Amino acid sequence: MKLPIFMDNHSTTRVDPRVLEAMLPYFTEQYGNAASRNHAFGWEAEAAVDRAREQIASLIGGAGKEIVFTSGATESDNLAIKGAAWFNRKRGQHIVTVATEHKAVLDTCKRLERDGWSVTYLQPAGDGLVTPEQVAGAVGPETTVVSVMLANNEIGVVQPIEEIGAAVKAKNPKVVFHCDAVQGVGKIPFDVEKARVDLASLSAHKMYGPKGIGALWVRRKPRVRIDPIIDGGGHERGMRSGTLPVPLIVGFGAACEIAAREMADEAVRVRRLRDRLLSGIQSRLDQVYVNGSLERRLPGNLNISFAFVEGESLLMALKDVAVSSGSACTSASLEPSYVLRALGIGEELAHTSIRFGIGRFNTEEEIDYVVDLVARSVQRLRELSPLWEMHQEGIDVSQIEWTNAH
Amino acid sequence: MAYSNKVIDHYENPRNVGSLDKSDERVGTGLVGAPACGDVMKLQIKVGDDGVIQEAVFKTFGCGSAIASSSLATEMIKGKSLDEAMQIKNTTIVEELNLPPVKIHCSVLAEDAIKAAIADYRKKRDGKQDPAPAGDEARAKSEATSEA
Repeated sequence: MKLPIFMDNHSTTRVDPRVLEAMLPYFTEQYGNAASRNHAFGWEAEAAVDRAREQIASLIGGAGKEIVFTSGATESDNLAIKGAAWFNRKRGQHIVTVATEHKAVLDTCKRLERDGWSVTYLQPAGDGLVTPEQVAGAVGPETTVVSVMLANNEIGVVQPIEEIGAAVKAKNPKVVFHCDAVQGVGKIPFDVEKARVDLASLSAHKMYGPKGIGALWVRRKPRVRIDPIIDGGGHERGMRSGTLPVPLIVGFGAACEIAAREMADEAVRVRRLRDRLLSGIQSRLDQVYVNGSLERRLPGNLNISFAFVEGESLLMALKDVAVSSGSACTSASLEPSYVLRALGIGEELAHTSIRFGIGRFNTEEEIDYVVDLVARSVQRLRELSPLWEMHQEGIDVSQIEWTNAH
Repeated sequence: MAYSNKVIDHYENPRNVGSLDKSDERVGTGLVGAPACGDVMKLQIKVGDDGVIQEAVFKTFGCGSAIASSSLATEMIKGKSLDEAMQIKNTTIVEELNLPPVKIHCSVLAEDAIKAAIADYRKKRDGKQDPAPAGDEARAKSEATSEA
């Protein structure tokens, strides 16, 4: 077993060696510009890009021609929401989204609010989920865009996206339904037809592909139109100008093809590792809480709060393990995770949360190592914690009136 | 974020972890911060008859820098008189631990914890003067006031 262990697969993933191998010739041999229409280098590049479009689209039940390449999911989310909002601005200026969406969605919506749109931010239930009725209930005649993610990047909960799509379209068929599918695609089944989405954001590096390449899937039947945010040579049917990064696109395609083939088996294996991690931790520690629904969750996600132990101090003890924390101490804002807070989880528990992201390359041996290290570290830090001491003395920490506010 | 070696040392080998009897009249307890803010420090002192801090212990819920700041604080005040301990500034902790700007609040909290522990001790003594340190001037002062 090699240290450090990477268990932060929601932040990014290792490029699969098979993906890298597919990419390499496109750096050194077939380096043409896919937009060059008059020589073999260009034709070769274009053929490779078109093959990748098919590989990507078929993973989500779409057509290759519906793929618009972007620099990544942040750009895809921006293009989807701004593009659809601006294109449809004469029909209405209302957007519906969820408070636990990625910042690329939320901050895009905030920008549009400054430009005159109104936005409804739905609050999920304590398990992190929104209901189809809740989403449809917020949709009115003025609503032009609804954006709901497939799976959450912090707590891994999977929204009932197919039911949401059906409910939204039943309420207002003209709504453009966008789904940030980044964390879910390649991990769990996702079909743009079944979910009735019009726009879907994808990213390669969350699914063992390279960083720097993403896509927005844009429905053609019926045709969904968006305003571009990057103008130029008219690439990607005018929706996103800029020379295509062919090697990255080839890698993205290869990653999708592998995912399509191996996803079902991989999900079982990764889920088993996740369950082993959780039961191992629970067998050695009490006062641990899983954040968000455990049932409707990505196979590789585990987000837990270790009560009375501050998250960043725990990360420090886990220095051989790459994980992340919902604690705020790492940021200048001093605010703990907005996702956990939207679930109604108290700030004191939000500060104690750790996100484990298990992926393709993790092993059982690594899980066992992490369980042992986490258990020992939490025990040590609890011995250091005045809150744990109070808890042991039977004092309810939440009932104390604390004097300092930050 | 990269931590300084001194922060890591205090985090891995915290000095003076523990608790003292809160009800002891010679013990002062400071509890500062709040769980919702991600930092709670409990710092306790035990003051000798000579007015010198004999023991200082802490427990901290917080990031590595908060743990290190309180650990260092207990080291700094041990053997000092209460007035000397009151003079300790958070900036000394910042310099000693090489804390980056986002962690300065940890040192502020440690300073608050020292002051809160001393205030608690003094409150317990109900307005009585501190036991005097064993200096020449102080001795004279201590003769003037009767020891509790």
